[in-house]
Amino acid sequence: MNFFHFIAQNRGQVLELTLEHLWLVGVSTLLAVLVGIPLGILIAHWPLLNKPVLATANVIQTIPSLALFGFLLPVPWLGDRAERLAILALTLYALLPLIRNTYTGIRGVDPAVVEAGRGMGLTDLQLLLKVELPLALSVILSGVRVAVVISVGLATIAAAIGAGGLGELIFRGLAMVNNQLILAGAIPAAGLALLADFGLGWVEKRLRPQ
Amino acid sequence: MQRSALNLICLATMERDATNGPAIEFRDVTYDLPNGQRVLASLNLGVQRGEILVLLGRSGSGKTTTLKLINRLLSPTSGEIRVEGKAASAEDVVRLRRRIGYVIQEIGLFPHYTVERNIGLVPSIEGWPQEKIHTRATELLQMVGLDAQLALRYPHQLSGGQRQRVGVARALAADPQILLMDEPFGALDPLTRDELQREFLSLQRRLHKTVVFVTHDLNEALRLGSRIALMEAGTLVTVLSPADFLRSNNPLAAAYVRAFGSGLDSAANRGA
Repeated sequence: MNFFHFIAQNRGQVLELTLEHLWLVGVSTLLAVLVGIPLGILIAHWPLLNKPVLATANVIQTIPSLALFGFLLPVPWLGDRAERLAILALTLYALLPLIRNTYTGIRGVDPAVVEAGRGMGLTDLQLLLKVELPLALSVILSGVRVAVVISVGLATIAAAIGAGGLGELIFRGLAMVNNQLILAGAIPAAGLALLADFGLGWVEKRLRPQ
Repeated sequence: MQRSALNLICLATMERDATNGPAIEFRDVTYDLPNGQRVLASLNLGVQRGEILVLLGRSGSGKTTTLKLINRLLSPTSGEIRVEGKAASAEDVVRLRRRIGYVIQEIGLFPHYTVERNIGLVPSIEGWPQEKIHTRATELLQMVGLDAQLALRYPHQLSGGQRQRVGVARALAADPQILLMDEPFGALDPLTRDELQREFLSLQRRLHKTVVFVTHDLNEALRLGSRIALMEAGTLVTVLSPADFLRSNNPLAAAYVRAFGSGLDSAANRGA
């Protein structure tokens, strides 16, 4: 029985787990964007906060993912459902590239452009919305792209705590020493990562200022 | 008919009374960096309505600092700056800046906006109707000697000279009475610079803005300035008309004049 045959036979389950995987990645990325981009904007304008925030995000990034899942397990409301826990962990991991790229993108805006804008009487908010964010957008988006690719890979580990996703096939395959099962999880996961990388890369290129 | 003419004269007189005194005035202004280093020491200076006051000095002399104090990109450590009779610090900073045009050497055009949107940004924030912004942009482009077709280009599609013309047009968009210019033509090649200086003078003859112009180039100062304020190491050395500047006994002014002629002299001597 070859691999494609195997996939075809189990397509219902593979599809379901892929959707679950996408859900984990999608929700956590959305949360990370909602937290990370404002944080990046904040530290780009308040240099004092820059070091502590980036250091914290860095430290989170260095915690091995299995350990992080484990640490979060006893937390009351979170630990009730593996899915919540997985989403929180993935969100935390996605924060660093988002914060850092937002910060870099905004700091990378030509100071002359910012000075001209301020000199002509733009308020801080107008400067942010009309000048800084549009000009930083492609860098921010490349942070989103990195975050998504990381999340797709990390989300496979979420299966270890029973949060579902394509990792389930991988872990089951490992336990049963069944390569086809492992591949049935790994290949769609890799495909998702490539697809996200390519798609977001395309959008990013289109948004890059000339 | 006669009455309305009389009214006009009355209005004009009243307006002159209301705006009596210098357009911009520095009263004993000092500026220190956060680390305590003195950049500007007790500056007293008045800029007359409709004149081009050139701040001449080498880098680090405090001329750019002086300029940025006017539109409050910097705040004085002590002393007061008055703009059109009112303390600049008492006014809403955004309102203050919107009635002061600002042109810098690096131009700082918004790279993601077309020329027209660059020019029309402040008017659009001020809520002008789209139609009026378009008309104004077209008018301004023509005023600074650019083809109206450039309106839809992006800054990176323009030459250096064209970009700086757009920079000037953008500063004039909301018709400010005061224009601050920080070495606006400094990065241009000599021929383009010459062209822009000439056009700027003819523009000023029509518009009569109050201009504060920063440069380190004596040629530019002599050509554009109604008066030249010579600065050195954070202090104002002297304020002279261009003609008086050339005749001045002030050692620093004389040094500038000497340095100015040295290229020509040297070439002439070698030729002889």
